[in-house]
Amino acid sequence: MSFDAAKAKRYARHLVLKEIGLNGQKKLSVAKVLVIGAGGLGSPAVMYLASAGVGEIGIADYDKVDLSNLQRQIIHTTDRVGMKKTASAQISAKAVNPDVNIIPIDERLDPDNIIRIISEYDFILDCTDRFETKFMINDACVIAGKPYSHAGVVRFGGQAMTYIPGRGPCLRCLLGSVPHDSETCSNAGVVGAAAGVLGSIQALEAVKYITGAGKLLCGRVLSFDGLHMNVRVHKVSGSDPHCTVCGKEPSITDLSVNRNDYYIYGCSTGGDEE
Amino acid sequence: MVLINGTAENAAGMTVEEYISETDYNKSRVAVEINGEIISKALYTQTVLNDGDTVEIVGFVGGG
Repeated sequence: MSFDAAKAKRYARHLVLKEIGLNGQKKLSVAKVLVIGAGGLGSPAVMYLASAGVGEIGIADYDKVDLSNLQRQIIHTTDRVGMKKTASAQISAKAVNPDVNIIPIDERLDPDNIIRIISEYDFILDCTDRFETKFMINDACVIAGKPYSHAGVVRFGGQAMTYIPGRGPCLRCLLGSVPHDSETCSNAGVVGAAAGVLGSIQALEAVKYITGAGKLLCGRVLSFDGLHMNVRVHKVSGSDPHCTVCGKEPSITDLSVNRNDYYIYGCSTGGDEE
Repeated sequence: MVLINGTAENAAGMTVEEYISETDYNKSRVAVEINGEIISKALYTQTVLNDGDTVEIVGFVGGG
């Protein structure tokens, strides 16, 4: 990246950080991050990645902007209701930082295409809104050896953790199998600012991973309860050696093995990637 | 006493299954680690919490 006066000014608050500085900013400028889901978690995540100067941001979502999204999905606007979420997110991200390359991915991620799509990126953010998709992303990242940030949010809180291949547990180590319940449906409700907290944590994990700053949420799960304003970082340091995808003798070596796991049982309508 | 999520609780002698059923946690959406080891869900009914154990119970939600 040629570092002209405008860039020096734009990224001045990064450049003064000893953990980022010019080297870190250059790393950000050539990094490729994929955000799956341009909804409650993905909105702040994409905005912060774009403003941070991440060179290429892939945004995967097959849904369109709905009026009911705008209470929390701050990357979209009222005049874009009905527009593809990827197109809307691209407009907002480019408005903040025209230097970043936004790749809209409108196809629905499935067991047949996800490995090909994630393999193009250095770091992945799971900003989807149901466990079935979260497990598909987890399994795909484990199989493809890709680091990723997991998060979930409902009502006033949620959780975040980061998976780094070979360095800590994956989602399947912790939960075993896909929970099939209806809690992620729109009827549970969610406060926009709570999604903002967790999506921002995901963007922060991406920035730290790319620049090598600090300590990731690897082997740790951050639980955020915004209703009572309690935060706990649980240490879950050990991977499960019997984990069916990242354990010593995995049975899930290919996404076709577990295809039914990724089928959506809970919510029958609406987009996958909120 | 059993140290659960940083709080000392009078839970020694209970199984993981019994403890979880007395809380608001949903079994399908929790991860339980005892003394640094993840406990698989199939073992919740036979894993007894002992005096001095350090337990982390992590609840997960799936929305986004």
